[in-house]
Amino acid sequence: MKIYLPNSAFIGNIDPFLKKLDFTNKEHLEISANKSWIAVHPVVLSMVAALGLQTKPENVKCEKLTAKSAHYLQRMGLYKFLGIQSDVNIEEHEPAGRFIPLSQIKNSTELSHFIKEMIPLLHLQPNQVDPIRYVVSELVRNVIEHAASQSGAIVSAQYYKKSNRIAIGIVDTGLGIKKTINQSHTASTHLEAIRLALIPGITGTTKKEGGTEYNAGAGLFFIKTIAKVNHDFFMIYSGNAMYKLLKSGTTKLFADPFKDKHSISDNLPKWTGTVVGIDISLSETREFSKLLDAIRETYSSAVKERKQARFKKPKFI
Amino acid sequence: MTTINIFQKVGPFAENKDEARKIRINEIVPKLEKGEDVILNFKNIEAATQSFIHALISDLIRKYGDDLLDKISFQSCNENVKKIIMIVTDYMQESD
Repeated sequence: MKIYLPNSAFIGNIDPFLKKLDFTNKEHLEISANKSWIAVHPVVLSMVAALGLQTKPENVKCEKLTAKSAHYLQRMGLYKFLGIQSDVNIEEHEPAGRFIPLSQIKNSTELSHFIKEMIPLLHLQPNQVDPIRYVVSELVRNVIEHAASQSGAIVSAQYYKKSNRIAIGIVDTGLGIKKTINQSHTASTHLEAIRLALIPGITGTTKKEGGTEYNAGAGLFFIKTIAKVNHDFFMIYSGNAMYKLLKSGTTKLFADPFKDKHSISDNLPKWTGTVVGIDISLSETREFSKLLDAIRETYSSAVKERKQARFKKPKFI
Repeated sequence: MTTINIFQKVGPFAENKDEARKIRINEIVPKLEKGEDVILNFKNIEAATQSFIHALISDLIRKYGDDLLDKISFQSCNENVKKIIMIVTDYMQESD
């Protein structure tokens, strides 16, 4: 496998980074990077760490990183995940900033503990806490419950002072969305599976409306909605497909993610598992309670529409 | 009438579905089966996820129908927790 860390890879411009990924020769991992600068979204680091966990440390080859910002990778704990020694020279001491280093979460207890520890690290105001812990809890629980990933979920996050936003990356190397959703639905492509997974009330665990006693199929819809109403980016990549919610002027919610302003790719290198990246702006965070009103309305209409679609139609002869 | 204190079981952020399921199976269902009404007390709960509330009550609505909402009450919920509960009770009643 080969990964090239570019000078810039955030959700808005992540496509070239993904296209360059090379997943051949799964026993070995080669990491190279831009010589002068590396600035990447936490989702990129979570991906590298997830691949690193699948590779024996002696098979990980990381070229000497000369970029001035390379110490960031060390600060986020990437070398520890890869099981290799860092050869990055830290010339000057940088303040720690507000970030959550790469963390591996394998079960429900670890998740509850992680959420408790995470909030103080980000120094959030009380009104900013709700969407962040909501996003992390729902996404990581998805991994724990559905992904069957031996290495669990790899999570990292970074606060960016200039744009006053928090970027979060949550990655697994499990079954992927298509296999999960196809346990109860029919998605012929990875992209269609992603679309179904984002529609409220559709879960891989059952065809039944309302879900099972344990799953409703609402988690990803909630996350996409948090991003949409705050005009933030959100991406989900699984198999060869990626759905990216683009920033738009409207906050109108749609049950079908393809009706939102978005971009899609369905010819990317095949990621075994699921990658989710989200940005949450802290200055524009719409009141969480108003967001819940909008979700209630959209969710309810989506269920009604699906129910109506199954009604038997009268025969007029 | 039995009151179940959710905060004592899950702390201020109600997100652990395993705990929600335990509360439902071990504490709510036995009381309902005896014909007792149940109060779920959300005092000091700062936030709850939809997944938590779903794991707590969706199967009860499926089992007892909307009559459940006559037997169960939600106490001291903040505005957001109330809204999450309403989302779940809406879609469960609209379901088959």
